[in-house]
Amino acid sequence: MSQEIFSKVIKICVLDYGAGNVRSVMNMLSRLNKVEVVLSNSLADIISATHLILPGVGSFPAAMRKITSELPLNKIESQIFNSKIPFLGICVGMQVLAEEGYEHTHTKGLGWISGSVMQFESNELSLPHVGWNSVKKINNDPFLNNIDDSDDFYFVHSFVFKPKNELNALAVTEYGNKFTAIVKNKNIYGVQFHPEKSQLSGLKLIKNFLEN
Amino acid sequence: MKKKRVIPILLLKNGYLVKSKNFIKHQNLGNPVTAVKRLSEWASDELIYLDITKNNHYDINRDDQNYSNNSCILDIILDVSKSCLMPITFGGGIKTILDIEKRLQAGADKVALNSVMHDNLHLISKASFEFGKQCIVISVDYKYINEKPKVFVHNGLTNTGYSPLEWVKIAEKEGAGEVLLNSIDRDGTQIGYDLDLIAQISNSVKIPVIAAGGAGSWEDMKEVFTSTKADAVAAANIFHFTDQSVYLAKKYLFEHKVSVRSPEMLFI
Repeated sequence: MSQEIFSKVIKICVLDYGAGNVRSVMNMLSRLNKVEVVLSNSLADIISATHLILPGVGSFPAAMRKITSELPLNKIESQIFNSKIPFLGICVGMQVLAEEGYEHTHTKGLGWISGSVMQFESNELSLPHVGWNSVKKINNDPFLNNIDDSDDFYFVHSFVFKPKNELNALAVTEYGNKFTAIVKNKNIYGVQFHPEKSQLSGLKLIKNFLEN
Repeated sequence: MKKKRVIPILLLKNGYLVKSKNFIKHQNLGNPVTAVKRLSEWASDELIYLDITKNNHYDINRDDQNYSNNSCILDIILDVSKSCLMPITFGGGIKTILDIEKRLQAGADKVALNSVMHDNLHLISKASFEFGKQCIVISVDYKYINEKPKVFVHNGLTNTGYSPLEWVKIAEKEGAGEVLLNSIDRDGTQIGYDLDLIAQISNSVKIPVIAAGGAGSWEDMKEVFTSTKADAVAAANIFHFTDQSVYLAKKYLFEHKVSVRSPEMLFI
């Protein structure tokens, strides 16, 4: 599976702010050939990266607290908005892209994609939403190349991202109710599930992100 | 659509994988890390590792190697999480927030808490707040005393006096995100799952229920999904003694119209 050679030099910086699942993300990325990966919050690594990844587990407020204290956000924002470096947020790393979150208490997010993070309402189905579920494309994007209904991704969450603008939602997932599984704003992507835990489908998606 | 999960349980004792019967007999099955490679190739949905080492026994066996229980388990978690791209739950011997943090940092996605719920209930809500309820699994071992199910802790030695339903409701209220129900009476017996109790619990709580204890055939697993609202079936022995076991289990369930991920062999 790790035979592909990407068409360009890839250097990923996984942003290190003390998120719990960093090791899994690093484990997955280290399986890809010809890809350089660092776990770092240093300016030098952030500036030289071709791709940035923000992992995350735990609650919205705890993640935001650590992100604002551990990461050089001005520099990261300049890389994303001026240099157009592709960015991927995973799980809580996706949720904090919103302007605000309502887990435990109202908390300001990064605000890179308009919307809020709210408690999910699964109707009669069990919560948290734990397990493998598929995603349904609602807007086309190279990020979703070769991804279809037969791909399952691993979810574990009870809050969801509600984008203000529907065009920011690339895919939705059905679980007693529909919620946004993948968000996008220009070069910024976010996934509610864990690609690093999603076996072949997860690898496919990460490769799409890196080809970007 | 969300899929029902099929989850191998790996029991660890003194750093080795073991087979268990009624929580008493333990037979050595070898290295816990090589087992993960197989289970990963068979496309398991998740893995649950439970360390059933009793501290005093552990120290006697491992004095020569100068391992403490904790560091050995953390090494196993590190190795296991490198070997697969699937969610892993670790349980056994967890007493503090720091124990949880160390396991998550080493690569666990979730932790299973068992006796600590009896010894220090407050830890559940604290852990849930700190790490999010999605990574707190309550592991409930029970057996029937005078035909009434009772929750046991400390490796099945201490009767809490609570019924599994009462216990799980308390856990849910404290902030647990999932429950692993395990019948001690059926452990390693292959007589099938405790369907009535699994149905009762999965009808009464909102958090997902993982059923364990008694799997003797793939059909037993199907019964759980057709007659209860359980979210997942877990088993230990049956998955370790059959080649391609998880693949075959998923194939059977898939062909019998249970909504599982389509069976495949993975080489990643």
